[in-house]
Amino acid sequence: MGLFKFLKEKFTKKKEEKVELTPESKKEEESLKKYNDGLEKSRKNFSNKLDELAKRYKSANQEYFEELEEILIEADCGVSFTINTIENLLEYTKENSITNPKEINEMLVDRMFLNYLKEGEDIKNELTFDHKPVILLMTGVNGVGKTTTIAKLAKRYIAQGKKVMLVAADTFRAGAKEQLTIWANRLEIPIVTGEDNEDPASVAYKGTKKGIDEEFDLVIIDTAGRLQNKKNLMEELRKIYNVVTKLSEKTPECFLVIDATTGQNGVLQAKAFKELINITGIVITKMDGTSKGGIILAIREELGIPVRFIGLGEKDSDLEEFDLDKYLYGLCSSLIKDE
Amino acid sequence: MAFEALSEKFSKVIKKIKGESHLSEKNMDEMLKEVRIALLEADVNYKVVRDFVNGVKEKALGEKVFDQLNPSEMVVKIVRDELVNLLGSDACELTYNKNKPTIVLLVGLQGSGKTTTAGKLAYLMKNKLNKRVLMAACDVYRPAAIDQLDQIAKQINVPLVNFGTKENPVNIALKAKEQAYNDHYDVLIIDTAGRLQIDEALMEELKNIKEKVAPDEILLLTDAMAGQDSVNVAKKFNEDLTLTGAIMSKMDGDSRGGAALSIAHVTGVPIKFIGTGEKISDLDIFHPDRMAERILGMGDVLTLIDKVSENIDEKDAKKSVKKMVEGNFTLEDMLKQMKQVQKLGSLGGILKLIPGMPKVNDAQLSAAEKEMKNFEVIINSMTPEERAHPEILKNSRKVRIAKGSGKTNADVNKVLKKYDQMKLMMKQMRGKNGKFNFPSGMGINGKMPF
Repeated sequence: MGLFKFLKEKFTKKKEEKVELTPESKKEEESLKKYNDGLEKSRKNFSNKLDELAKRYKSANQEYFEELEEILIEADCGVSFTINTIENLLEYTKENSITNPKEINEMLVDRMFLNYLKEGEDIKNELTFDHKPVILLMTGVNGVGKTTTIAKLAKRYIAQGKKVMLVAADTFRAGAKEQLTIWANRLEIPIVTGEDNEDPASVAYKGTKKGIDEEFDLVIIDTAGRLQNKKNLMEELRKIYNVVTKLSEKTPECFLVIDATTGQNGVLQAKAFKELINITGIVITKMDGTSKGGIILAIREELGIPVRFIGLGEKDSDLEEFDLDKYLYGLCSSLIKDE
Repeated sequence: MAFEALSEKFSKVIKKIKGESHLSEKNMDEMLKEVRIALLEADVNYKVVRDFVNGVKEKALGEKVFDQLNPSEMVVKIVRDELVNLLGSDACELTYNKNKPTIVLLVGLQGSGKTTTAGKLAYLMKNKLNKRVLMAACDVYRPAAIDQLDQIAKQINVPLVNFGTKENPVNIALKAKEQAYNDHYDVLIIDTAGRLQIDEALMEELKNIKEKVAPDEILLLTDAMAGQDSVNVAKKFNEDLTLTGAIMSKMDGDSRGGAALSIAHVTGVPIKFIGTGEKISDLDIFHPDRMAERILGMGDVLTLIDKVSENIDEKDAKKSVKKMVEGNFTLEDMLKQMKQVQKLGSLGGILKLIPGMPKVNDAQLSAAEKEMKNFEVIINSMTPEERAHPEILKNSRKVRIAKGSGKTNADVNKVLKKYDQMKLMMKQMRGKNGKFNFPSGMGINGKMPF
């Protein structure tokens, strides 16, 4: 079965059958809508381009593949990923004498995400609450949206009935502590903060300790943004990680937050953070812009780190568990409808 | 990482072209292909790359590169010059009004560094240019954004117009302007909320601020790590607001910052400042030439490549490579290699040409150079037979050599140890791919060859 057909059946058939809406299927539909809305701008730049391209060519030739290459590069998939994918596709279509542009487009999308799946062990995106407290360390370079993502994650798990607290271990940036405190107040959950320029590891320690003593389900620790080539700052993060790991029953969850507008530096970011601490997942933010976030493919291919959550808007409810099928549907729904 | 690949590719292409008596359109295309990949890897937008490479090609053809003595050099020079040209401008400095406040409006996406940069700009103007600076906090959306600016303002002792988050940003900007005029400030810096360029409501708000306040400078903040989409961002901001310049933040990271080229190409506005660190004083004037080299990821490596290919005696190198592969590598060969490297100039000079080599300090450099000289003296004190068959070197010979060269026994052992290491390395390389490519591996992996 073709990829598009599969997605179409998965996501549109239900509607036609008019199955009675259970709360669960309703939630599922809402989630799909969020993907579809959030990725609207990305779709315009990605699948609409593929669509236009297919309409311009009767059969695919060398030029066609060059234009495909352009679309992938513009999605920030990276040069080597793009060249490999296109070459692979070119070879396959030649061997099997496939020249129908639409068919080729579908195969391209399929191939782009094939590796994503291949690399994946079965990963559960949601946090697993099999011990108390689950510690979640949020890391990333400056300005990617760590603090906002923390608020979104906290809201998500509060809604699931979890007892959540926040720890403001960014003691460096002006206003960072205040920003997280405002969120904690809005969400009506406790927060542990430190003095300005206090050792962030000591704040993380205090927070984790409180989380254990008061039996919270989830402790989310905010850390300062740091560029991955800053040795001292990276060492500081390692220290935070070590302190928290020592206290915690299980190794903490460590999310790396990546901005969807990031270019090829995203791979270096993921690599550096992964080498330093055990990164267990990526949160990709700002996907509601025009960026395509192709960098997650390169990261997945090179480092095998999965995306766990995806930020699809500015509201504190605009965070979804990453679901490849929904993501593809959101990114390609304009192509799928033609099927 | 990316740099190694690029320099290798370039040197390969250059070598290829060097072998030919003149540059043809075909081999120039090959070079330009590498340039294209370098630019794409640096996150320059695809379309911008295409235009740029075509422009370079035209220029190269127009300048009759083909008749030049060293055509490969010419092509590279044109690439670099064109980059500098596109990125560069005389309008790098801000212009200040004489009799009224100069109003600077900072705009950009979320997380691009507006608030931090507002503080840095204020600090620079106040402390280096002796301006009386006022700041205005118009980001009423992001929690604690105003707190952040307030803390920075206090830290650098600059007054802040702060109406909290209840007031409309347009009104805040207007009131700030009034205050700047009434109190005769030299500069007013307005910080705004981050927004997506496709957020019509928030873009409308910026247009309103622009209309009411009439800023002298509207500066777009761009993240040095930004990818392909930076073109769309810059384009829309420019269409809506007519930017006067850009500031590139987070340049202290290890991204290549190709977005700078995209923005320059699409908007034509100059990049005026770059953020180079987390401290309040870490804001620098933008240098187009440095940026060009960073985007290409090569520093002066092209100079280095040329130096290498000019100074290495191909015959000699080939001979020693052959010997190495066959396992007949002698001390004599090691000495020859060292001399070839020395021909390039001082080790320190060479390493300085290579970007991304910050780990070697001057002390280490001079130590390495001294070691090379020691090796030469010691090997020169050996007999030809000893040089060809170092295994015959026993204690008495070593003592003689040490005396003859004015060094110690330990120094002689050092040479022999190095020789053994190199021989072992050759063996391993032979195991890998059967050939040893001298000297492209030299120094580039961060290890000293000697």
